[in-house]
Amino acid sequence: MEACVSEVVLQNATKRFKDVVAVSDLSLTIADGEFVVLLGPTGAGKTTTLRLVAGLEHLDTGAVRIGGRDVSKDAPAMRDVAFVFQQYSLYPHLSVYDNLAFPLRSPTRRVDEDEIRRAIGEVARMLHIDHKLQNKATRLSGGEMQRVAIGRALVRRPAIYLMDEPLSSLDAKLRQELRLELKRIQRDLGATMLYVTHDQVEAMTMATRIGVLKQGRLVQLGTPREIYEDPAETYVATRLGQPRINLMPRGLFPNVPAPLQVETIGVRTEHLKIDRHHQGTAKVARIEHLGDQRYLHLTLEGQPIVTLAGHDTDLDVGDNVALQLEQPLFFDRDGMRVRA
Amino acid sequence: MAQIRVNELHKAFGDFVAVQGSSFTVEDGEFFVMLGPSGCGKTTTLRMIAGLELPTSGEIVLGGDDVTFKRAAQRDIAFVFQLFALYPHMNVRANIGFPLKCQGMPKAEIRQRVEEAARILRITELLDRSVSGLSSGDRQRVALGRAIVRKPMAFMMDEPLGALDAEFRELMCNELRALHDRLHATTIYVTHDQLEAMAMADKIAVMNHGVIEQLATPQEIYDRPASMFVADFIGSPPMNFLGFQQALTRGATSARLNGTAIDVPEIREELSERPLTLGVRPEAVRLVSEGGLRGQVFGSEYLGTTQIVTVNTEHGRVKARIGSEQRVPDGGVVGLAFRADKLSIFDQQSGRAVRTALTDGGLRV
Repeated sequence: MEACVSEVVLQNATKRFKDVVAVSDLSLTIADGEFVVLLGPTGAGKTTTLRLVAGLEHLDTGAVRIGGRDVSKDAPAMRDVAFVFQQYSLYPHLSVYDNLAFPLRSPTRRVDEDEIRRAIGEVARMLHIDHKLQNKATRLSGGEMQRVAIGRALVRRPAIYLMDEPLSSLDAKLRQELRLELKRIQRDLGATMLYVTHDQVEAMTMATRIGVLKQGRLVQLGTPREIYEDPAETYVATRLGQPRINLMPRGLFPNVPAPLQVETIGVRTEHLKIDRHHQGTAKVARIEHLGDQRYLHLTLEGQPIVTLAGHDTDLDVGDNVALQLEQPLFFDRDGMRVRA
Repeated sequence: MAQIRVNELHKAFGDFVAVQGSSFTVEDGEFFVMLGPSGCGKTTTLRMIAGLELPTSGEIVLGGDDVTFKRAAQRDIAFVFQLFALYPHMNVRANIGFPLKCQGMPKAEIRQRVEEAARILRITELLDRSVSGLSSGDRQRVALGRAIVRKPMAFMMDEPLGALDAEFRELMCNELRALHDRLHATTIYVTHDQLEAMAMADKIAVMNHGVIEQLATPQEIYDRPASMFVADFIGSPPMNFLGFQQALTRGATSARLNGTAIDVPEIREELSERPLTLGVRPEAVRLVSEGGLRGQVFGSEYLGTTQIVTVNTEHGRVKARIGSEQRVPDGGVVGLAFRADKLSIFDQQSGRAVRTALTDGGLRV
């Protein structure tokens, strides 16, 4: 069967560094035009996975296929990928224009200058750096430099774009802007993208599918909504959602009907309601005002719990309240999901 | 513990004015956050209070005592820096006790104070461990232990969480605030991160170009920003700004954006015709099928329970925070309706908020 042009497949990929298994038996198919985000904390194996696809690291076992072709043994330049690193690495002696043109002027590619000019103009407009093209690369702000670095990947049309936390060095506001732009550019180009981040908001807002990594293993793969609403284990449940999901010992809620093996009940803040009709034993420890939301910090038999409160709340620190759980998620002693 | 009073504090480095005439009072036991972008003068202000920098003019009163020109060591303040350096050759106990040892405190008393600090920070079981094997969170706790063990009159913290990743920062925010709730120590905390400020502060001073633009509780600053700078700096995504031009009369309750009438809080001052800006928080925007201000959906971002929808209008880009169950197709034309009582109006030239029923409703600090 003919594979899609840009379909990228990792098959049982494993990579060790001495005693540490950085990537463990990882299989993942990125469909043509898909935006897959690998999410996980430092050391989960995200960057190594990306580098395996790029050919910057070599597999111990398994295979990488791009567009149906096994590229496991190919050098990075042979793989038809474009990589954007966390730290922008521009040629300081070149102008923005020449930095963007650089990948197209490589002797193995040979693009004519008119075509280069057209490609750069288009990418520069998308990234809002078209007025900076004649600047020296060093005469730019950090945000502009990173946009040039992204632009240098986008001028090419590789099978897949590989991005390693490209927005993490930018300030919050710019990050927010570029998040939306990048997603839109990816969609307009129909580009296939594998993107690595530890920022849950980036993952949720940009991904077609999120792959959650834990110690080198892919523990869940799904749309942002699936990952958020239907996590396979507590590890995944705590990766998404701010404030994070409440994980509480089952014993705190003897009246909640849960299967026998359940040890932990997970409830997202928006599903934990204050029950006004009953006298309760949870105590209000603090009310946090976050502008559009109000967090209620409670303690129940020593267990800290966070929930959302309406703006009209008349609750005060020290009040006792009863809790009502909506859509509780059940987990066993190993943190694996138990479906009721 | 003590009140800190800062009066007409001014600091210039050559031609550059870092802080111009700041005055504020940090009450005893208050968690006070100075928030602003880099270069706004927040760290310079903190360093002057700590005695690490001398003011060009002004006055600093700590617990009733004028300390303006006293040296740092004479001020009884503990400073927690961004990068917590621990002594690698000492164990946790020796690291926490070090400031007391330097003061020549008797051993038995040091022991008791260190154990008390460890109990407050819940790191008692770590006391005899080497610091080299600690997680970054525990290292941070040890650094805090070294500050609280002295029982100073006040704590100064300069972006102590700045080097941590987002997930861990959120955790430490909660922990720091819980610690404050146990100790009730007067704390001045400097950050450029509005989420940290909102999460921890009793009061926030928002600084810009060496000037405090607003000083109030987090909710007050969010609901009633005093200037466009403050409105833009606080909130994620920040407040939407829609430009328009018009004269305002006292008692008016609507504004006109290109012919569309928008209900606003009652105007409480007279303004001749000039460029103005309507400020709308994303959660005060609703998408409606009929009427309203029309625009085209640029994209939506899923955030779990809510989503951010970005709409391009002829007045600029507007972000709406709405429930994630509502389906909003990209490229579709929608109407925008605003919650009238939540709207701010700014004078574009000066950036300051126009007086309205909303601004008047605010609590003064």
